[in-house]
Amino acid sequence: MNAPLLSVRDLHTWFRTSAGIARAVDGVSFDVQAHETVGVVGESGCGKSVTSLSILRLIQRPGRIEPGSHIEFDGVDVLALDERAMRAIRGARISMIFQEPMTSLNPVFTVGDQVAEVVRVHGDVSRREAMERAVAMLGQVGVPAPAERAREYPHQLSGGLRQRVMIAMALVMSPSLLIADEPTTALDVTIQAQILELLAELRAKMGMSILLITHDMGVVAESCSRVLVMYAGEIVEEAPVTTLFAAAHHPYTEGLLAAMPRMGHARERLAVIPGSVPPPTQWPQGCRFHDRCPYAWERCASEHPPLYQIGEGHVSRCHLAEEPGRKVPHVVGERSERAATGEAAR
Amino acid sequence: MHLVAWGVYVVITIAAWRALAHLAAPRGMAADTPRDPWSALFARLWEQRDGRMAIGVLIALIGLAALAPWLAPYSPIAQPDIVALHNLPPSLAHPFGTDFASRDVLSRVMYGARVSLPVALLAVVVSTTVGTLYGAIAGFAGGRADAIMMRVIDAALAIPRLLLLIAILVLWGAVGVPALILLLGLTGWFAVSRLVRAEVLALRDRDMVVAARALGARNSAIIRRHILPNVLSPVIVAATLGVANVILIEAGLSYLGIGVRPPAASWGNIIQDGADQIGTLWWVSLFPGAAIVITVAAFNVVGDRLRDALDPRQLDGS
Repeated sequence: MNAPLLSVRDLHTWFRTSAGIARAVDGVSFDVQAHETVGVVGESGCGKSVTSLSILRLIQRPGRIEPGSHIEFDGVDVLALDERAMRAIRGARISMIFQEPMTSLNPVFTVGDQVAEVVRVHGDVSRREAMERAVAMLGQVGVPAPAERAREYPHQLSGGLRQRVMIAMALVMSPSLLIADEPTTALDVTIQAQILELLAELRAKMGMSILLITHDMGVVAESCSRVLVMYAGEIVEEAPVTTLFAAAHHPYTEGLLAAMPRMGHARERLAVIPGSVPPPTQWPQGCRFHDRCPYAWERCASEHPPLYQIGEGHVSRCHLAEEPGRKVPHVVGERSERAATGEAAR
Repeated sequence: MHLVAWGVYVVITIAAWRALAHLAAPRGMAADTPRDPWSALFARLWEQRDGRMAIGVLIALIGLAALAPWLAPYSPIAQPDIVALHNLPPSLAHPFGTDFASRDVLSRVMYGARVSLPVALLAVVVSTTVGTLYGAIAGFAGGRADAIMMRVIDAALAIPRLLLLIAILVLWGAVGVPALILLLGLTGWFAVSRLVRAEVLALRDRDMVVAARALGARNSAIIRRHILPNVLSPVIVAATLGVANVILIEAGLSYLGIGVRPPAASWGNIIQDGADQIGTLWWVSLFPGAAIVITVAAFNVVGDRLRDALDPRQLDGS
């Protein structure tokens, strides 16, 4: 395989707060190849968005990308660039779209103006030329009557159209990597499908890669070739999408998949993962998932699991890889209490 | 001086209206209102009767002030017959009467508007500009710089503005109108800077700013395109209300004899001309007083209506 387009190694992004050090991203490594779509899934608060903001170096105080982290994009050490060089990458080589298309657009400028501004930031072009490119791009992302729509303000457009405008802003400079942070979460289900389809189509046409951040396993199944599952600031499982859905290894991934509604499986209630992501200032000892895990045993509370190789391109951060016989579910509350006392005793 | 002041004033008024119109469009416009943002804002201001009246009053006042040399029946400083024509009560020849020096009070009130209005407007331009820049820098910089800059403001706000002005003017002695404008402006920006800083703090972490950064915008572009236009609406409301306040302060200072000095007419010093004998020569003080009340009320109403029209909570009706 060729050198990856994006290579992240040992990324640590910590926030030094009054409550202690929040290890929002704590040792994340992954690659994105050219032309592929990689999904990043996990609950809120497990470090997905901080990872993507770190790639663009948009982490604000008190957050910091810790020394020892490496981010390489297209052969360039991103963390070594000065601010000026970094700005030249943002929006032109790596772009990002966000969850809320209403609040991500500026209410006081027309949408055409906002797309054109990105062109003008990155190239020495005239106002007219920038606007022409903006209108062309709006057409490409499926905004009907782009020349007229370009003169409208964000509030005059529907949610789906606003997200298309955001996509136009992100793609007008033909970046090689698009980071899409929950791009469909705020949209209606029918619009979600349209936007995902649009992204897939544009990816093929423009030959870019997409890093798709979501908490929705359905979105992953639809659009990604490879998936990273994040929990508590770490990658806990990585696998090709078919493998993940067929044979998820990590109990957290299992939980996410079980929590997904399925057609034809009329169930009274959806399965849930008990508890919630702990605050990033106090990740649990040992395996960070052990207090919510239905299989956890003593080893999980004390020994932090490495990423075990499970199969071709499939790794999992779970001791079950070494001791598959331990896969016996129990009630989680009980176990976590015992684990907690065990921790206190140490 | 007056020509320059009026020129600046007209330019600023037009610019402010254009900026306002720009803002009103995305904020308050429902789907069925006109597409042109200018008319959309005006329609909102025009919706209620007090808004219509206040705008009408302000336009009339500004018109009267601008055209005073052609409309005023007499010169404001001419003393045609200090014996026969002084202290005349209102009559057809002198609708507002005459003062102790036989000057026509109506003409003086009209010419007074040519001082009081531009002084207040320009002072507010000064205070709003300084306050907006200071507040934007503090809010955008954040951290220690912000903390220090805001403590300075706290200290400045602890000194009553009127007392400060009286102290400066008394110590300084006679000042010209430009200096008076600067003084009024430079003592009035503290509250504006606080307002702007708070808005900037809220805007700084908004998605659209993060999105703009993610697409390569530099800080200057973020301030220019994302921060300033979006803080403009509260600033414009504050400025409108500020004009009313400065008119009162200037009148107070001129009344005390340390603002606009005679023989130049300002509403404050005309009131002073009649203050000693207000029981008998009520007309000398009453009419400039009424002018102040009407003007201040009109600015306050317009400010309130602007606040409603620009209210971000009315964001696209959703």
